[in-house]
Amino acid sequence: MTTLLQVRNLKTTFLTSAGVVRAVDGVSWDVEEGETVALVGESGCGKSVSALSIMRLVAEPAGRIEGGEILYKGRDLLRLSEPEMRRVRGREIAMVFQEPMTSLNPVLTIGRQLTEGLEIHMQMSPVQARARAIELLGMVGIPDPARRLAQYPHHFSGGMRQRMMIAMALACNPSLILADEPTTALDVTIQAQILELMRDLARRLGVAMLIITHNLGVVARYADRVNVMYAGRIIEQAGAREIYANPRHPYTLGLLRSVPRLDEPRRARLDPIQGQPPDLTRLPPGCAFSPRCAYRVERCSEAPALESVATGHRSACWEAMRLVKQLAA
Amino acid sequence: MSEVLLEVENLVKHFPVGGGVLSRQSGVVRAVDGVSFTLRRGETLGLVGESGCGKTTTGRCILQLERPTSGRILFEGIDLAAISAAELRAVRRRVQVIFQDPYSSLNPRMTIGQILAEPLQVHGIVRERTARQGRVEELLVQVGLAPQHARRYPHQLSGGQRQRVGIARALAMEPALIVCDEPVSALDVSIQAQIINLLEDLQRRLGLTYLFIAHDLSVVRHISDRVAVMYLGKIVEITDRTALYEEPRHPYTRALLSAVPIPDPAVEETRERTVLRGEVPSALNPPPGCVFHPRCPIAVARCSAEVPALREIRPTHWSACHLA
Repeated sequence: MTTLLQVRNLKTTFLTSAGVVRAVDGVSWDVEEGETVALVGESGCGKSVSALSIMRLVAEPAGRIEGGEILYKGRDLLRLSEPEMRRVRGREIAMVFQEPMTSLNPVLTIGRQLTEGLEIHMQMSPVQARARAIELLGMVGIPDPARRLAQYPHHFSGGMRQRMMIAMALACNPSLILADEPTTALDVTIQAQILELMRDLARRLGVAMLIITHNLGVVARYADRVNVMYAGRIIEQAGAREIYANPRHPYTLGLLRSVPRLDEPRRARLDPIQGQPPDLTRLPPGCAFSPRCAYRVERCSEAPALESVATGHRSACWEAMRLVKQLAA
Repeated sequence: MSEVLLEVENLVKHFPVGGGVLSRQSGVVRAVDGVSFTLRRGETLGLVGESGCGKTTTGRCILQLERPTSGRILFEGIDLAAISAAELRAVRRRVQVIFQDPYSSLNPRMTIGQILAEPLQVHGIVRERTARQGRVEELLVQVGLAPQHARRYPHQLSGGQRQRVGIARALAMEPALIVCDEPVSALDVSIQAQIINLLEDLQRRLGLTYLFIAHDLSVVRHISDRVAVMYLGKIVEITDRTALYEEPRHPYTRALLSAVPIPDPAVEETRERTVLRGEVPSALNPPPGCVFHPRCPIAVARCSAEVPALREIRPTHWSACHLA
C-alpha cells in the first residue's frame, strides 16, 4: 500500500474573544490508499477542524493554518495556489458533512447539484453529466434516479439526502473522502444503511476514507486504523482491533469504559470520566487530560510526546506502560 | 409490586395538516395512535424509537403540554383531562421534565441561581428569600455542582453542567415523576455516563419515577426497568429490560438492536446484522395493517391486511406482531 495522505505537524488556530485557541495543535497522521481511518474524539477536540484544514476551508481571518504539511500524493496542499486547490476539492478529495440539508443548495435541483461538479471538474457535456448523475444516484440506492434529478433537496428524507451527499462526493472519482459525522443526524436504522453503503462503495471503488466521529461503535465496525484526539492533539494512534483490545491512554480507556454495551451484561453502575471537557482557552500545562486522569503522576505537568508503545501503536502518556499492567491485573 | 403512579390509556394525538386561513385541512399526522402503559412508583420506563415515532409527543401529552385527541392520562389516579386549571397546576409541580438541550431550555439572561429560585417563588414552595437561596445551594450540591455556580450564567457552564442545572430545576419542584426527553444525547460521551449515574443516584435517594425517552438503546437498557418500543405512533413491544434485550419478539425491536454497532471490532467482525430496507413511512399516511410491514423482513400476507393487537405473548411481555 502507498501512503495517500500524510498530515505532518498540522497546527490550526482560531482567534476568539478569549484569546488564541489552538484547535489543532501539531497533529500527524496518515491515510493509506483505500483504507478507512477514523478520527475520534468529543466536541471541540479538533477533529472537524483537521478535516477542514485538509480542504483548506478553515474560515479566515479568525481561523488560520499556522504550520505543518498536508502531503497528498506527495504534494503539499498548503503550498498550492487557490486555483490549484480548487482542482483538488471534489476532484481528488471530497467531503461528506453531518447535516446534508445545510450543505445542499435548497434552490438547485438534485440534478444540477450533481452535474455542476462533473461539468467543471470532468469537462463533461450536459448530456454526459446527466447520464453520470443518474448512474451515481442508482449507485447510492436512490430509487427511480432519472425522475429524482428534477427534485429539490426538501423533497428528500434525511437518509436520502445523505445518500445524495455521498453521490456528490463520489461524482468525480476522488481518491479520498472526508466524512465528518456522516450519520450522526440520522436514525439508528438509517445510520446502519448509510454506513454499510459507504463501506461497500469505498471497497468497490478503492476510495480511502477518513471517518470523523464520536461514536466508538461506528469506529469499531468501519475503521482500519484509529486516531484518538483530545484538546487539539492526537493522544493515541493504533489499528482498530489493537486500540480496543489494548488501549494505552487513560482517555481512550475511559471512553471505552464509560459507554454501556449491548453485548455485555448490564453493569450496576457506569464508569464515567471525571471532570469537565477541556476549555481550549485555559488548558493546563503539560498533558491536557491530566486534570481528569486517574493515572496522573507528577510528570504529567510536562506534555508527553506521542510515542511508540507497540508495533503500529503510539500513545501520548507517561504512564502508558502502567496502564497495560493494571489492565492485565 | 408497588403502586401505579401513572396510567396512560389508549392515548391518541393527531395533528391537523393544512387547515390554515388559506387552505383546507388536508389530513392528520397520527403522531400518537393508541398508546397505553403504566408506570409504577420508583421505576424507570424507557421509551425508545426513531424520530417521528411519537415518543416525545407521548411525553408532552403526559406533561400536559399537548392536549390529547383522545385517551386518558391518570396521574395518581386523577384524570388530567378532567380537572380544573388550579388542580392541574398542583399536579404539574409533581410532574417535571428534563430536556435534551439544556442550553436552549435555560434563560441566557438569568443566573443559575435565579433560574432555580424562580419556580420556588412562583409556586410558593419557599417563600422567604434567604431560605430560597439556601434551597438553591442545596439543589446545586445535590446535582454535583458547587454553591458558587448560582452566580454563573448558562453560557459559562459546560454542556454537562448545564444539564445538571436542568435536573436541579426539575428537582426544585419535588416531583414524583420526571419525563426525561433525550437527556444525554446532546452530551459528550465522557459526560453522558456522569449524568446517567446522577439520575440513578437521585432516583434511589428521592424515590423518583422516570419516563426515559431516548433513541440510544444501550443507554436505555442501562437505566430502565421496563422498556417500550414505539414505531409510527404505536407501541410495538413492551416488557421488562432483560426480556426485551435478550429475547426481543418484535422484528422491529430486533432490527433496532442489530443496528447498534458494538464498540469492539472483534465482536463486530463476526456479528450478523439485519439492515432494514427503506425508511419510516409518513405518519400522515401510515401503511394499512401492521405499520411496520413494508420494512419487515418476516412479513406475511396477513400483515398488510390486519392490524396486530399488542398482546401478552407471555407474562409481562407484550408484542404487536402476528408472528411473535
